[in-house]
Order: sequence, then structure tokens, then C-alpha cells
Amino acid sequence: MEKTWNNKAWFLVLPVLVLVAFSAVIPLMTVVNYSVQDTFGNNVFFWAGTEWFEELLQSKRFWEAMARNLVFSFIILAIEVPLGIFIALNMPKKGWGVPVCLVAMALPLLIPWNVVGTIWQVFGRNDIGLLGYYVNALGFNYNYVQDPVDAWVTVIIMDIWHWTSLVVLLCYAGLVSIPDAFYQAAKIDGASRWAVFRYIQLPKMQRVLLIAVLLRFMDSFMIYTEPFVVTGGGPGNSTTFLSIDLVKMALGQFDLGPAAAMSLVYFLIILLLSWVFYTVMTNYDAER
Amino acid sequence: MNLDFSWMAWTWPTAAFFIIVVLMLFGMGVWEYVSPGGNPRVGVLRFETTRGDRLFVSLLGSAFIHLAWLGLVGPNLWWALALSVAYAIGVFRYV
Repeated sequence: MEKTWNNKAWFLVLPVLVLVAFSAVIPLMTVVNYSVQDTFGNNVFFWAGTEWFEELLQSKRFWEAMARNLVFSFIILAIEVPLGIFIALNMPKKGWGVPVCLVAMALPLLIPWNVVGTIWQVFGRNDIGLLGYYVNALGFNYNYVQDPVDAWVTVIIMDIWHWTSLVVLLCYAGLVSIPDAFYQAAKIDGASRWAVFRYIQLPKMQRVLLIAVLLRFMDSFMIYTEPFVVTGGGPGNSTTFLSIDLVKMALGQFDLGPAAAMSLVYFLIILLLSWVFYTVMTNYDAER
Repeated sequence: MNLDFSWMAWTWPTAAFFIIVVLMLFGMGVWEYVSPGGNPRVGVLRFETTRGDRLFVSLLGSAFIHLAWLGLVGPNLWWALALSVAYAIGVFRYV
């Protein structure tokens, strides 16, 4: 049967184009406009050219925040993806345990980000927080308000608690879509548990893992609310990630020009890294 | 109704930039109409790219060329522009 080609179908995507124009294109255009100008408010702007970009590229503060962000994203991915796969592999596939586990997994994802931050801010306090109090009682000198390492550990554990569920649910969806025939064939061949994972489960989860890695990378690279609520970017600047620095610059200092320049560089880096991730993983998939 | 867009802070150079981007997209649309299918091929990156992918790689690479020039050389971006055009030609020819 011959396919029907009708270019009028393009009109069906018009609503989404309008929506994207208002939610992304117009704000992006405005940020580009701001990035080459300076303002003191009242919509009065002065041409600054590439000055803010030059300033940004030579700013130690920017590169340090970038390094913190990259390290944070790397740690998050290195922990959440294997842990998510491990939990998904061990979740029940049949029976009453399935809905119980799915609901338990979905719970952290339903909690608003600022609430997650508040929960962990209280949880980690060493005077009234359960975690902080007992960790100190065990003899560790834990204080996320004063110690940068403790602040990092708290922010990382909080992110793992909040977002590993997403990886678990995506992997679980990939796992339950594998037909029983694959497992039966593996059993007949006498395949080990590792061989089943390596040659059946992992390839079948690859597409959802691509989505999980992309989502977790972009989310962790843009993280703002949770660390801002828990540590406020401190102690010192130890948990000041790019987004926290950006908000400080744009809203705290009202430096719209430098903040716009930073936003654009930030956007380009996310675009590049996401493209690299996507290309590498989809081409690996195509090769197979 | 009086629509005030002064908050968008338009300037001629940024407007020209966006007009060029829109013209590029329009040109790609015309190219696709004339020669449908996106001309997929495997180039030096050793994976399949369409001409849309090549435009994306060209634009993204050009943005980083300009940033690198600004950070390492200075604010005169004409050479960065020339380098970007050469890079884009290379991408469309070999990627």
C-alpha cells in the first residue's frame, strides 16, 4: 500500500510551535538581546557588545561553578544509574509486591523540589535532625552548614534519594517489556545470571537508559532548588552551582547583561553535552 | 491594544543574527523541498547524518569557535566568523 503524503498535516503542529515560541524562543531571543547590553532598569539599555562574554570567560567564579557542576553531574550519574538498574532488577515482576514497590518508588518524585530541600535541611541538622544527630552520636563530626565535604555529601545523598526512583521506574519499564521467551531460551542455553543481564536485560533497557541518562544529566546540570534550600550555595561557595550563581547574578545583583551571557554559555554547554550523549548512545544502538 | 516589546531590548545586530538563522532554516526547508530525504550519509564522524544534523553541528561548533576566540584571542570576531564559515563548509562536505 502506498503512503499518503499530505503537507497540510503540518498545520497540526502549529499549536505546539506557538507554545514553544512563547515558552522558549521569545525568552531565548530576549536573553540574547540582554547579553550584549547593559541596563539599570526601566527598559533602558546600553550597547555593551561582547564585553560580558569576555568578562565571563575570564571569570574564575564561573569556571569554578562549572567545575562543581560537572563533578556533581558525574557523581550523580555514576551512582544513580547503576543503583537504579540494581533496584529495578530486584523489584518483583508479579504479585502484590509490584504496586507496592511502584508506589514506594514514585513517592520521592511526587514531592516538590523545595519541599525535598526543606526535608533534608531539617533531616541533616545536628541539633534536631534525625540524620545529623545520629551521625554525630556515632562519632562523626558532621555539620553540613560548616563543612564543605559534609555539604556535598548531603546534597548528593539528597539527589540520590530524590531521583534514583526515576531511573528505577524507567529501567523497570524496560525490563517488564522483555518477553518470557528470551528468558526461556537463556535457560535452555544454560546462561548464567550475568549473561542474562549482559545479553538480554541490558540491551533491552538501553533505550530507556538513554532517556534516564539524558534526563538525569540535564537535571543535575541545571540543579538549583534543592541545594539552594539546603546549603544556600555554601559553606563559602562550595555548593554554588552554575544555576545558583546565575540567579545570584541576575536577581541578587540585577546584572542582567552578565547573567544573560552566562545563561547563553550555560545553554550551549548543555546543548553540546546532550547532543554528544544522544549521538553516542543512539549510534551505539544502531551499530548493534 | 498597545503591545510594548521594549523589554525584549532589540538591537540591529541581534535582529540581524536571528534573521540570518531564520533565513538558514527557510533555506533548509527549500532544499528539502527540492531534494527530499535529508541526504543521509556516513562521513568522517562514522555515523549517519542528515543535512539538518550538519547544520546543527555547524551552528553549535560556530558558537564555540566564537566563544573560544573571544576568550583566547580578543573581541575582534571577524576571523572567528571566517573560521566558522570554513568549519561549516567542512562539516557540510565531510561529516
